[in-house]
Amino acid sequence: MTAHLPMIGRRGLLLGLTAGAILGRSRLALGAGPAGDSRLVVVLLRGALDGLAAVQPYGDPALAGLRGPLVLPEPGRDGGVLDLGGFFGLHPRLPRLHAMFAANDLLALHAVCGPTRSRSHFVAQDMMEFGAERRLDSGWLNRALAGLPGHETAATRAGFALGSDLPLIMRGAEPVGMYAPSRPDLPSPDLYARLLEINHADPLTGPAAEEGLRARGFTAGLVPPPEQRGGFVRLASAAGRFLSAAGGPRVAALEISGWDTHAGQQARLRGVLGQLDSGLDALRERLGPAWARTAVLVMTEFGRTARVNGNEGTDHGTGSAAFLLGGAVAGGRVMADWPGLGEGRLYEDRDLAPTLDLRAVAKGLLRDHLGLSPAAVAAAFPGSEEIEAKGGLLRA
Amino acid sequence: MISPGHVAALRFGLGPRPESPPPADATGWLLAQLEAPPDQAMPPQDWEQDPSLADVMALRLLDRRAPRPMGEKSRAGVLYDLERPAYLGRLIATPTPFRERLVAFWTNHLTVSGRDGQTAPFIGDYVRQAIRPHVVAPFAAMLKAAIRHPAMLLYLNQAASIGPDSPAGRQTGRGLNENLGREVLELHTLSPAAGYSQADVTEFARLLTGLGVEPVREPRGTVFFPRNHQPGDKTIMGRAFPPGAASIDAALDWLAGHPATHRHLALKLARHFVADDPPPAVVDRLAGVLHDTGGDLGAVTREVVALPEAWERSLSKLRTPTELGVAALRALGAGPEMAAEALRVGNTLGQPLWAAPAPNGWPDTAAAWIHPEGILARFDQMHAISGQFSRKDAKDALDLALGPLASEATRAAVLRAGSNREALTLLLGSPEFQRR
Repeated sequence: MTAHLPMIGRRGLLLGLTAGAILGRSRLALGAGPAGDSRLVVVLLRGALDGLAAVQPYGDPALAGLRGPLVLPEPGRDGGVLDLGGFFGLHPRLPRLHAMFAANDLLALHAVCGPTRSRSHFVAQDMMEFGAERRLDSGWLNRALAGLPGHETAATRAGFALGSDLPLIMRGAEPVGMYAPSRPDLPSPDLYARLLEINHADPLTGPAAEEGLRARGFTAGLVPPPEQRGGFVRLASAAGRFLSAAGGPRVAALEISGWDTHAGQQARLRGVLGQLDSGLDALRERLGPAWARTAVLVMTEFGRTARVNGNEGTDHGTGSAAFLLGGAVAGGRVMADWPGLGEGRLYEDRDLAPTLDLRAVAKGLLRDHLGLSPAAVAAAFPGSEEIEAKGGLLRA
Repeated sequence: MISPGHVAALRFGLGPRPESPPPADATGWLLAQLEAPPDQAMPPQDWEQDPSLADVMALRLLDRRAPRPMGEKSRAGVLYDLERPAYLGRLIATPTPFRERLVAFWTNHLTVSGRDGQTAPFIGDYVRQAIRPHVVAPFAAMLKAAIRHPAMLLYLNQAASIGPDSPAGRQTGRGLNENLGREVLELHTLSPAAGYSQADVTEFARLLTGLGVEPVREPRGTVFFPRNHQPGDKTIMGRAFPPGAASIDAALDWLAGHPATHRHLALKLARHFVADDPPPAVVDRLAGVLHDTGGDLGAVTREVVALPEAWERSLSKLRTPTELGVAALRALGAGPEMAAEALRVGNTLGQPLWAAPAPNGWPDTAAAWIHPEGILARFDQMHAISGQFSRKDAKDALDLALGPLASEATRAAVLRAGSNREALTLLLGSPEFQRR
C-alpha cells in the first residue's frame, strides 16, 4: 500500500518523517519503550456488528436454536469458525486476526456494550463516543489527550483521525490532526446495495444503477471488485504509517461502516469482515516495531438480536463483541463473563445480555497503556465512578 | 397535490435550506422573487466588487502586454477560476432560488462556453450584465444584451466576421463568419422549425458584420466597426433591413418577436419546468402569453408558475449535476464557502460550470444525464458530500429536503441506516433527490 494521504491539519506533523529516522528510533525504543511511547488506536464499527457472528459462541447449546441459518460450522469443519480456545470461534473471514490470536496479540471481548441501552444507531454511537450516558461537548478520546503525560510540553498533536470527517470521539478542545484520503472515499459495498435498493423501483435510476454496479465489476451478490475493497485498508495502513513515526502522533481514531446487516447477513458480513481483517493486518504491518507498544480497540455501538429475523439477518440488539489487539495486549484469550443464550438469559428476551461496559476497557487502556493519572481517567469518563478500569488487558 | 411548498422549493427553486424551508404560501413565495430588488453583489474572492467589463478588458490587455511567466495562469484565467465559485456560492446561499433558476435557464439558452479560453473571463460579466437584469424583462432586451456582449461575439466568432464587400473586406480579402448568425436563428430565436434557408443565414451574418470587440483603444469592448460592415440591404425570410448599425438591433427585435421564437422559447420553458416531454397544451399556453405580451419574460414566467401541470407532476424532472450538487449543499445548510464542492460535483458528473461543449448548451432531459456510470458517480459524489456533514441530523435533512415527497422505501432506508453519514448518503442518493 502506498496510499498518499494529504493532511488537512497541521503540516509540521509529518516533517522529519524519513524512513531511516523512524526505523532507527523505533529499533532503539524496542523492548524497553519509554513511558509515553505507547500507541492507542480506536476503530469504530458503525452500524452495529453482530458479535455472535464475529465471535461465535459455538459451545453455547442455545445458539443453533436461536439463529439456525446464521450459525457457521464448528472449528475444523469446512467453512467453520476459527477456534478461540474451545467455546468461541472467530468468523472464518478473520484469518489474520486469528493469526494474531495465535501470537497472543489478540484479546476478544464478548458480551460488551457501550454506555446506553438505546437501540438507535445514532444515540448509541454518540454515547459510545461521548463515553457517557448523556451528551457532552467532547468525545472521550479527545479528553484523554489532555491527560497524556508530557502533554503540556509536547510539540505535536498527539491525536489524529482518518477519514473525511472528524468523528465525535475525537472532537473537543484538544487540537487534533485530520487526514483525508486523497482518493474519494467511496460508499461501502453494503451502502451501494442499499442505494440500489431504494432506486430499484425507479424506472430511470434503477436500471442505470444496476447496470453501473455490474459495469464496475460487482457481482450479483454485491461482492465488490478487488480495487474497491481497499477503503478501510488504505486508512488503516495510513494510520500505521503515521503512528510508526517517533515523536509523531500516538493516538488515532478511524471507522468502518457496513455492519447493519438486517437482511442477507451472511453475504454482507463476509465482505466487511474481510476488509476489517485486511485493514487491521495492514495496520500491524505498517506499525512495524511500534506494534509492540500498540493497543487497538475495535468496538461497535451495540450488538444485534440473538435470533435470526425473517430476512436471514438480525435487528438492533444490545451486547456485542469487541477486540483488543496489538503487541502490548495480553492476548490469546477471550475475556467474557458469558451470560449464556439459553432460556431466560437474553436481555429483554431478545439480545445478548451485556456483562462488560466498554468504558471499563477504555479506562483500563488509558490508565495502564497511556499512563493517565486517575484524575485524568475520571475526566475522560465523567459520571462513571462506579465503572472500574479493567485490569489485566496488557502484557506485564 | 402533495405539499406545494416542497414542489415550489424543488421544481422551481434549488432545494430548501434550513433557514429557507419550503414556503407555506408557495405561489406567493415564487412571485415575490420576480419582484425582488436587484440581486446583491457577491464578488469573487480577492475582489471588493463585481468585476466590470472594463476590468476584464483591462486584464486581457495586461495579459497581452505583460504576459505571466510560462506555466502560470493568465490574469484573465485566474478571474475565470474565481468567478465560478462565486456564482455557485450564490446559488448555495441565495434566498431567491427561483430567480437564480431563471438566470441559469437563460444563461443556458444563450450559451457561451469557457471551453473557449478567449470567452472564459467574460462569462461572469455576461451573466451579470446580459442575463441577470433581464430574466423578467422583454426577451428582446436580453437577446440584444447577450448578442452584443463580448463573451458572445468572441465565442461565436462574430468579432472575426467581415463583410466581403466592406472596405476592410476588400482591402484584406477576409470575409464572413456565419457562426453567430446561424446560432441566433437556430438556437436563440426561431429554431429550424421556422423553415429559414441557408440564404437567410448568410444574409443575417452579413447584417451582423461590423459588430466586433475592440481590445486596445478606449472605449474597449463591443464596438461597431463601419469599415467591416457589408453594404446594401439584407433580406431575412422576406424582410428587408437597410445597411448600418441600427439594423442589428432592428433585426434582433424582429426575431425576438417572431411567433416561431415564441414557440421555441415556450417549448424550452415547458421542458425545463414541467417535463422532458411537455404536454402540447402547455407549450401552446406559454407561446400564447409570449405572443400577447410582446415576449415579456416576466409574464411568461408568471404563467409557468400558474400551470397546474407544473405542480401536479412533482419530481418529473431530473436534477442536472450542478442542480444536484447545489441542492445537496443547501439541504445540509452549507455556506457559499463550500462552492468548490458544487464545482467538483459538476465537473465529475459531466457538467463543468459555464463550459458546455457546444452552443446549444446543456441538455435538459433526463436521458442525457442518466447512464450506468453516471448514476454511480452521483452516489459517489453524494457520499463525498455527506462525509463532510456527518453530524448533520439525517432525519431533519430528510424532512427538509424531501418531506412528503420521500417514498416509504427512502424514508425507511434513511431512518434505518447504520450511521448518520450513511443515512445522508442514502437521502442524497435516493431517486427522489435526483429529481425536482
